[in-house]
Amino acid sequence: MTTTQDGITEGPATEGTATEWETVVGLEVHCELATATKLFCGCRNAFGDEPNTNVCPVCLGLPGSLPVLNRQAVELAMRLGEALGCTVRPSLFHRKNYFYPDMPKDYQISQYDQPINVDGFLELPDGSRVGIERAHLEEDTGKSTHVGGGGRIHEADHSLVDYNRSGVPLVEIVSRPDLRSGEQARAYVNELRAVLLATGASDARMEEGSMRVDANVSVRPAGSSTLGTRCEVKNLNSTRSLGRAIEYEARRQIDLLTAGERVVQQTRHWDEADGRTHVLRSKEEAFDYRYFPEPDLVPLAPDDAWRHAVRQSLPALPADRRRRLAAATGVAPGDVAVVVERGLDELVLAALDAGGEAQRLLVHAEHDLAGEPADALDPAALAALTRMEVAGQLTATQAKAVLAELVASGGDPAEIARAKGFEAMADDALAAAVDEVITANPDAWERYQGGDAKVTGFFVGQVMKATRGRADGKVVTRLLRERAGA
Amino acid sequence: MGAMGGRISRDDVAYVAGLARLELTDDELELFTGQLAAVLDHAADVEALDTEGVVPTAHPLPLANVLRDDVVRPGLDRDEVLKAAPAVEEQRFRVPPVLGELP
Ligand SMILES: [Zn+2]
Repeated sequence: MTTTQDGITEGPATEGTATEWETVVGLEVHCELATATKLFCGCRNAFGDEPNTNVCPVCLGLPGSLPVLNRQAVELAMRLGEALGCTVRPSLFHRKNYFYPDMPKDYQISQYDQPINVDGFLELPDGSRVGIERAHLEEDTGKSTHVGGGGRIHEADHSLVDYNRSGVPLVEIVSRPDLRSGEQARAYVNELRAVLLATGASDARMEEGSMRVDANVSVRPAGSSTLGTRCEVKNLNSTRSLGRAIEYEARRQIDLLTAGERVVQQTRHWDEADGRTHVLRSKEEAFDYRYFPEPDLVPLAPDDAWRHAVRQSLPALPADRRRRLAAATGVAPGDVAVVVERGLDELVLAALDAGGEAQRLLVHAEHDLAGEPADALDPAALAALTRMEVAGQLTATQAKAVLAELVASGGDPAEIARAKGFEAMADDALAAAVDEVITANPDAWERYQGGDAKVTGFFVGQVMKATRGRADGKVVTRLLRERAGA
Repeated sequence: MGAMGGRISRDDVAYVAGLARLELTDDELELFTGQLAAVLDHAADVEALDTEGVVPTAHPLPLANVLRDDVVRPGLDRDEVLKAAPAVEEQRFRVPPVLGELP
């Protein structure tokens, strides 16, 4: 594969060679910051208000108006930068010039060559690190609705513009091209959203557009260290779309190259309905934004004291919380991702402190407490429940029922178990039940003895049925093995 | 350097006009190419100055961190605002269909 000077990747010259391809993805994520007001004026920053009710001379671009930077927007951008391990540095604002009705000043105030946050990383649950090139401040545009032509821009009869969103503060987070699949890109966006929520920087809702993701996708022969020609994919409205679009786009490029054709640098539009990307514009038509320093704003240079205060005020971040819970429970950080995502890590840690059993706590947090608020449970009661389980006093099914009761009305797990009639079966009673089931199913027992592991489940199920779920499956399995003489 | 001395070409002017979504006639292109070249010549006088050791200036004011608190202030009345619109539909600014691409 060669990359020519005009940035066009050509397929491998040798026909018929099976090339292994690697997908390379970098993401640009725009997030609205959770401020009360806009970036440069005191208009309300709110989603869903009546059109054109949160506007003033500044965000309408009226002559003579002057922008003044919102301290809280800067603070939130710094919080995000620190959370991403970025260098938070002195920065400048530039004017990005283009002419479009949703941008009433005819330029967008953004940060160009001197952004506030540079060189960070995001750690994903599987432990991989994705580089962050920059996370800079800029203002959002107004919102256009295209009327006629089925809502498509090109065929529209006219457009309607609401300037409530004009001037809302954004951070644009640009990753390095470190992602290798649609699935990894989804994991990145999920983790980034968790960090945005933890820092309070944004509510990060893709469906409301407060988090918008564009993907730069290219492919290259596996093992190559040069980048292929990339296409930027837009209109990704969910992490599901993101994953699908990347897989589709990588496949499209691989097919082109395999056929000896070339990938042309383009901006492409993801169509969720037909599951394809379509060309929006090619590089030749790329915009020339003629950036220049914004003369109405002075430099932004947060001092050490401010940066220090921001760092001190950060909460524990998802990656740290995963590491902490993993260390306490003796499993890999990736295995506690769901528990941390649900915010149940503090509960599990408190229950561990109260003498709970780690494995059972993780299982309950991941499978049995979905949607339950973490403070709905007394950690000591949860700990006691798991102790009863490992002592063989409750089966997994019974423990689940007791847990549901604990969540609903609290109380003591031992008493709840008694009230529900979940007394542990005496060993000899269970042994008798096992023997009865074996006698009743001689054919299956012969297969079991012959080493057919598949009938184990059948026997456990029969014993459960006979004991109305009071048997401990692990004990039943042991008894079966003993009886088979294994 | 003369007005057409090559500092800016007619194609440059046509390109910039395109970015600004301006449609210029041949006569206008001719006129503006000359005028813009004169402006650039004037700006180029700065190049004659000795700027050795002068730190690049982002802003003439010796200020940084001019910030305001994140407090909502009343904006403009919508009816007032929409009076300035070329046309209004559903309380929004009604504008011609956009030609060309979203950036
Ligand atoms: Zn405003």
